[in-house]
Amino acid sequence: MNMAKPLAKSHYVGPGAVQAVVSRTLSVLVDNEPGVLARVIGLFSGRGYNIDSLTVTETEHEKHLSRITIVTRGTPDVIEQIKHQLERLVPIHRVRDLTNEGVALERELALIKVSGKGEKRIEALRIAEIFRAKVVDTSTEHFVFEVTGKPSKIEEFIQIMTELGLVEVSRTGIAAIGRGPVSS
Amino acid sequence: MARTMTGAEMVLEALKDQGVEHIFGYPGGAVLPIYDELFQQDKVKHILVRQEGGALHAAEGYARSSGKVGVALVTSGPGATNAVTGLTDALMDSIPLVCITGQVPTHLIGNDAFQECDTVGITRPCTKHNWLVKNVNDLARILHEAFYIAKAGRPGPVVVDIPKDVQFATGNYVGPSNIAHKTYKPRVKPDQTAVRDAVDLMARAKKPVFYTGGGVINSGPKASQLLRELVRLTGYPITSTLMGLGAYPASDKQWLGMLGMHGTYEANLAMHDCDVMVAVGARFDDRITGRLDAFAPNSLKIQIDIDPSSINKNVKVDIPIVGDVAYTLEDMLRVWKSKAPQLDKAAHKSWWKQIDGWRAKKSLSYKNSNDVIMPQYAIERLFALTKDRDSYITTEVGQHQMWAAQFYHFDEPNRWMTSGGLGTMGYGLPAAIGAQLAHPKSLVIDIAGDASILMNIQEASTAVQYDLPVKVFILNNQYMGMVRQWQQLLHGNRLSHSYTESLPDFVKLAEAYGWTGMRCDDPAELDDAIRAMIETKGPVIFDCRVATLANCFPMIPSGKAHNEMLLGEDVSDEEVENAIGAEGKVLV
Repeated sequence: MNMAKPLAKSHYVGPGAVQAVVSRTLSVLVDNEPGVLARVIGLFSGRGYNIDSLTVTETEHEKHLSRITIVTRGTPDVIEQIKHQLERLVPIHRVRDLTNEGVALERELALIKVSGKGEKRIEALRIAEIFRAKVVDTSTEHFVFEVTGKPSKIEEFIQIMTELGLVEVSRTGIAAIGRGPVSS
Repeated sequence: MARTMTGAEMVLEALKDQGVEHIFGYPGGAVLPIYDELFQQDKVKHILVRQEGGALHAAEGYARSSGKVGVALVTSGPGATNAVTGLTDALMDSIPLVCITGQVPTHLIGNDAFQECDTVGITRPCTKHNWLVKNVNDLARILHEAFYIAKAGRPGPVVVDIPKDVQFATGNYVGPSNIAHKTYKPRVKPDQTAVRDAVDLMARAKKPVFYTGGGVINSGPKASQLLRELVRLTGYPITSTLMGLGAYPASDKQWLGMLGMHGTYEANLAMHDCDVMVAVGARFDDRITGRLDAFAPNSLKIQIDIDPSSINKNVKVDIPIVGDVAYTLEDMLRVWKSKAPQLDKAAHKSWWKQIDGWRAKKSLSYKNSNDVIMPQYAIERLFALTKDRDSYITTEVGQHQMWAAQFYHFDEPNRWMTSGGLGTMGYGLPAAIGAQLAHPKSLVIDIAGDASILMNIQEASTAVQYDLPVKVFILNNQYMGMVRQWQQLLHGNRLSHSYTESLPDFVKLAEAYGWTGMRCDDPAELDDAIRAMIETKGPVIFDCRVATLANCFPMIPSGKAHNEMLLGEDVSDEEVENAIGAEGKVLV
């Protein structure tokens, strides 16, 4: 609570003072019951919030717990609302804003298909090495690279591959976890 | 020791274990096994409505007037889709409901079977939570959980969707348990530092105001008692939202009347000019705040709410307190009493003087007439002639609703049932039926409009079947009055489809349903006619013919601030038509 000493005026921000839009990674621990994902994404679409990336998988099978990782954008006020709205959903255990807490480790995996011959093909392979991308499928005319890392690294890799014969991309979306010894 | 029984039997067993006495419903193919069980017992009384929408509103009226959870039972497909409006209404107004829906058998789900719809999908955004029960052994637990979720924390509606084969299947019944819910544990006790900060700030206020809402009523009768105690102890003025009327007695001198779009001048100006605002179970709805950047611009705000998402949603507050209203007020009272603060008496005296100046404007005044019944006068007389009785008021939605809120005064909570958040025309009659059922000896009046009443008029038949002597007091101006008023405000008085060309003869309509029909169009005869309505034993439709073009004032036009109110007395048609600017036009 930021209420040690009340200000002389309310700190209410009117439409004139626009807050900056920020990106946040939310980690949402839920009971893996039917419809729980629909509740979460329905909440986002129904209330007009953004989803930039979303991943979900059961992470603790015995307890039927799933972790939903959502990358969203909004003003700090909107992000605060999103957290509270998520917390209202009955099957949700907890919501953590990993970005805000400065603890987010974010990784993504991408499969990237590049086709080409000659110099471009050699160049693609060389770049892939720099990015520590693995070749998981190949012919004399194409590669499929598997690359993992921060989303910015994957973006960069895709950018370069565009010049070298990029065919298509499949990305997992972001998995995130907090640093340090305690659970997020 | 678990007992073995069918799913349908479990439904009845769970209702009994939850202390349910009445449910509202309508049978159909996918709930026949449950109806068969209903038939074979007499503990739970079923009220047969005439359309499922009526069942949901009746359950709302029952819940709101009694503090219990309202229960509805409907069939699959159209039964469930008809329930959607009532569910949404209950979600917006935080009314605890359990709605049990039948579903096609599990092996047919997804096959576009007869009367199949994706009930949990459709009702997901309009319930607090919902369940599709696929295994009979989960049914009893889910039903008890449903009652817990409906009433815990911020109350709301829940749906339990039960496929027909699950109703027939045999499984183990478990009773209600006291073990804590796995995930849903709303905070009810407030943070004590925040409570102390709030009391400090309140004690230092020079121009304080209490702004209370439906959360006080939802918290229970004790919350209203504590609110009264705190408000009287401080001596501060108090206003309330539409949903909160009755939590504080309207007959008290510290009461400013309702605030908001059609609130009183003194309530809105006090909100605008206050330096400390204490929001209690109120959510800063757009009907309350008006233009946000000019809302109470020089105030520090304390907000008590059980739902953290209600805090800082529309308006930033300085001291948020997450907790149940009753618990929080109890703590605030204790801290206030132990501190016995020195208040700025001089400042409060001049604040009250300022408020008295606003009161002197008499913002609810209107030009009365000897020739036609003014709608405001009709409500004033209705109030005067019923206030000493044990009465409950429901409304439909529109001008009549606002006039009822302005001119019918409540001294007790749970006496006023209205569709606030969703604004559902057709709410009032079924809600009155629900309230009457909960209070069979009381006088229950639906203050209605001529358009709204037709939206659920079929429930008149329900009232007859169960001997429910509800009174429907129609302010009949032959228009959808609020729509017409907005067309005058916004659209050059082009009254597009807001006039009902062929209203029924309400007296004959009443008689067709087996009700008593009455009509009055003369102000001089109004009192006698209202008395006759009250004295009539059974249900009555009272067709009160009122001035057709009266507008509901005072009014904060859309997009305007609290201190830019239109007052009724001397506003010209031209001023009305120019009241809303371009920005306000796009607002609702």
